[in-house]
Amino acid sequence: MSATAITITSGKGGVGKTTTTANLGVALAVLGKRVVTIDADIGLRNLDMVMGLENRIVYDLVDVVEGRCRLRQALIRDKRLTELHLLPAAQTRDKTAVSPEQMVEVCNQLRPAFDFILIDSPAGIEQGFKNAIAPADQVIIVTTPEVSAVRDADRIVGLIEAGEKGTPRLILNRLNPDMVRRGQMLSQMDVLEILAIDLLGIIPEDRQVVISTNQGLPLALDGKSPAGQAFRNIAGRLMGQAIPIMALEPEGMLTRLARAIWK
Amino acid sequence: MNFLSRVFRGQGPSSSVIAKERLQLVLVHDRVKISPGMLDRMKDELITVISRYVEIQADAVEVTLTQSKRQSRLVANIPVVGPVRRPGTKRSTGGAGAADGSTFMA
Repeated sequence: MSATAITITSGKGGVGKTTTTANLGVALAVLGKRVVTIDADIGLRNLDMVMGLENRIVYDLVDVVEGRCRLRQALIRDKRLTELHLLPAAQTRDKTAVSPEQMVEVCNQLRPAFDFILIDSPAGIEQGFKNAIAPADQVIIVTTPEVSAVRDADRIVGLIEAGEKGTPRLILNRLNPDMVRRGQMLSQMDVLEILAIDLLGIIPEDRQVVISTNQGLPLALDGKSPAGQAFRNIAGRLMGQAIPIMALEPEGMLTRLARAIWK
Repeated sequence: MNFLSRVFRGQGPSSSVIAKERLQLVLVHDRVKISPGMLDRMKDELITVISRYVEIQADAVEVTLTQSKRQSRLVANIPVVGPVRRPGTKRSTGGAGAADGSTFMA
């Protein structure tokens, strides 16, 4: 049974690709799947920190590609979730250190041993993006409901469709239901109408994201966080389960009052 | 509290509506890779070419980019004022040539 390789990309930087990759990896592993995440952002690696594995890096993707180690030696196994592995990026090189063909080859070596390969793409449309897309069976595009992010996401949709990687699916990140209700933020309907691709999931704005990254504890493990639940729902959908999109209620007055008092 | 703030706020579209309109406009051009400036030059050349075949109202010609879903369309709306004539021939005399305001859609 060969792995499904999914690339998480966006165009725009800072919209949540790495957070999404880490949390989907965790959520899939919790559901019993064998998962490897690959950080394709060579030179600016971050997936290791978001997953809390930064102290365990010995070898990285570039070491593998240049033959200094075997692939197995570069994989870091998560101690809490033993079905979850990370192949980290190099921090001291750049995107030209790896080619799309080499990425495909690395993924082919991983396919027999895993159910999911999640590739964290760097921002942009240059070599790093091309490397990340090359091995993909499916592509997920992450965007936030802001004009710059949506514009860049649209360009990526065009590039993916032209590259015959099928139709990408959308994760809408950092949606703030209060702002949407007040007409201050694009709604999910707006974004879907503009981009016209299928929606994979919505992640609500959630302060817990920063806290979880601070600690290196992906919040898909946190039972109470709405964003964590959203990631778990998306993981279920990736496994073929029909999970309805979470209803995101704007905060009521009492909730806002309580938050102001206890801040 | 929200009702009151809405009452005292000025009229005008919400910023999310503005954002959506701006995005739709900019993406139409991004996708077809034609800037608004290029569209103008294309329109001028279209007018020149079409004018060789029909007499048209050049100042009322509209060339726009529209889209639905991910399908873009270039739409030229060209008011025609004379009968169709073959290039290089003079218009025939006789009654047939009244401007009927019909529109030629390309």
